[in-house]
Amino acid sequence: MIRDTLSELESLEKAMEHADEEELGALSIRRAALLTGLANLTPVDRVFLARHPRRPRIDDIISALCTDFFEQRGDRQCREDASILGGIALYHGRPVTVIGHRKGHSIEENMACNFGMPGPEGYRKAQRIMRAAEKFGRPVLTFIDTPGAYPGMEAEERGQGEAIASSIALMSRLRVPVIAVVTGEGNSGGALALGVADEVLMLENAYYAVLSPEGFASILWKDPARRDEACGVMKLTAGELYDFGVVDGVIPEPVGGAQRDAQAVYRAMDEAISSALTKLDGLTGDELVARRYDKYRRMAPVT
Amino acid sequence: MALDALTARERLDATFDAGTMQPLFAQIMGHDPLAFPGYMDKLAAQQQKTGMVEALLCAQGEICGMRAVVCVLDGGFFMGSMGTAVGEMAARAIEFARDNALPLVIFSASGGARMQEGILSLMQMAKTAAAIEDFKARGGLYISVLTHPTTGGVIASFASLGDIMLAEPGALIGFAGPRVIEQTIGQTLPEGFQRSEFQQAHGFVDRIVTRDEMKAVLAQLLRLHGYGKGGARA
Repeated sequence: MIRDTLSELESLEKAMEHADEEELGALSIRRAALLTGLANLTPVDRVFLARHPRRPRIDDIISALCTDFFEQRGDRQCREDASILGGIALYHGRPVTVIGHRKGHSIEENMACNFGMPGPEGYRKAQRIMRAAEKFGRPVLTFIDTPGAYPGMEAEERGQGEAIASSIALMSRLRVPVIAVVTGEGNSGGALALGVADEVLMLENAYYAVLSPEGFASILWKDPARRDEACGVMKLTAGELYDFGVVDGVIPEPVGGAQRDAQAVYRAMDEAISSALTKLDGLTGDELVARRYDKYRRMAPVT
Repeated sequence: MALDALTARERLDATFDAGTMQPLFAQIMGHDPLAFPGYMDKLAAQQQKTGMVEALLCAQGEICGMRAVVCVLDGGFFMGSMGTAVGEMAARAIEFARDNALPLVIFSASGGARMQEGILSLMQMAKTAAAIEDFKARGGLYISVLTHPTTGGVIASFASLGDIMLAEPGALIGFAGPRVIEQTIGQTLPEGFQRSEFQQAHGFVDRIVTRDEMKAVLAQLLRLHGYGKGGARA
C-alpha cells in the first residue's frame, strides 16, 4: 500500500536528519528503494494521492502563483458558498480571474467549505465572476479539486442541475482564454462545471472521472467496496485522459506525490499555465469560442 | 406520480403530424472507450429489446404544419443514459436545427451520463451544452421537455438549458438521485421531492404539460416565436 510506503519514507527522512554517517548510508539505500517503488503508481495509488490531506490546496496555489489576490464572495442572489474560491489576482503581473474548489486545510476549514462540494450558489458565484472576467478581458484560470457537487436537499431545491448546466454553457462561450487545472479529485459534473476550457491541464497524480470510483462501483456493481476495481477500469489517470484528448497537458509531480514538494509542483504548474496562456494570447474572442466549440464537438468521434 | 413511459418512437409519433417525420442520423453507434467488461453485449441486448440503435431518436417533421427538429431520449434504452453516441447525435441534431433555422424540441428521460463510457460520457455534457448555447446565440428556439425521470448529467447539461422549460406531470427531475440524497443526509425525503410540481414551485419549469395538450402547447410556442408553415420564421 502506498500509504505505508509514504509513512515509512517520511519517518525515514526524519531519522536521516539526525543520523550519523554510518546510519545514513543504510537509510539512504532504503530511501532509494522506497522511491523506486513509488515511481510506478497504480490508479488506486493515484486516487490516494489525489485525496491526500496535505495535497496543495487552491489557496496555496494562488499564493504561490499570483500576487494581489482579491477574493470575490457571494452569488449576488442569496448566499456565499465557501466551497468555491474565486477572485482577481495578478499572474506574472497581469490581471487574471482565478476560480476553484476549496477544501480547506483543517477539519474546521473542511467543514466550513463543505469538503469542497459546492451547492448551486457556488457555481452561480463562479458564473458571475467569469462574466466579469470576460467583461474586463481577463483570462480565467480554474483549479479543480472536488468530491463532486453536493447531493443535498437544499442543493436540489435551488437547482444544482441548472447551476452546473449553466456553468458549462457559459464556459463554452467565454471570449477570453480559459485554462483549467485538475489538481486533485475531479469528480463528475461538479468538476466539469469549472472545467470547460481551451487548455485542460492535469497534475500527474490527480484524477478526473464521470463519477467517484465509489459511486461508479455502487452504480454498476451495487457494491461501493469494489472501488479499487473501479479505479482500475475507469481510465481516470492523467496519462489515460491525455490519450483520450480530454486533457491537453500533464504536469509532473515529485516522486511520491505533490505533498512531498509543493514548491516543485508550483514551478511546474506555473510553467504549464504560462505556456498555455502564451499559446492562447494571440487568439481573438471569436477564435477562442470557435476553437473551444470544435474541441468539445470532436470529443469522441463516432461513425 | 409519474406517467407511464412512452418509447421514443411513440413520442415522435405523438408530436409530429402524421406522415411528416423524417429520421435524422439514426445509425450512430458509440464507443467502448473503457473496454468495459460486458458493455458491448449489454448494448446489443438493449438494441434487441428496443429496436433502437441508441438511447436517442432524432427527427425532423411538422408540428401542426410547422417544421421542427425533435429529439427524444428513450428511458427504456440503457435508462436513457448519455454516452458518446447520444452526445454526438444530439450535437448533430442541434447543428442541423441551427443550419436549417428550425426550432428544436428535446424530450429528456435519463438516468444521466452512461457510466460504462467513463469520462467520455462526461464530456458529452460539454459537447451538447456548447451546441445548445451556439444554437441559442444564433436566435434558435430550444424547448426542453422534462419527462420521467431526468437526472444526473442530462439535467446538468442540455436538459436545463431550454429557452422554454416544460415538464410532464409527476416526473422525477434532479441532479442527484433520491437514494443518494437520502444516504447523504440520513433521512427520508418528503413526498413529491424533485417532482415536476416541486421544480415548478422552485422556479425551474415554466409549465407542467399533460400529454393531451403537449402538441398544442408546442405549436403555440412555435407560433409565439414567429415560426410558421413549413418552418419559415416571420
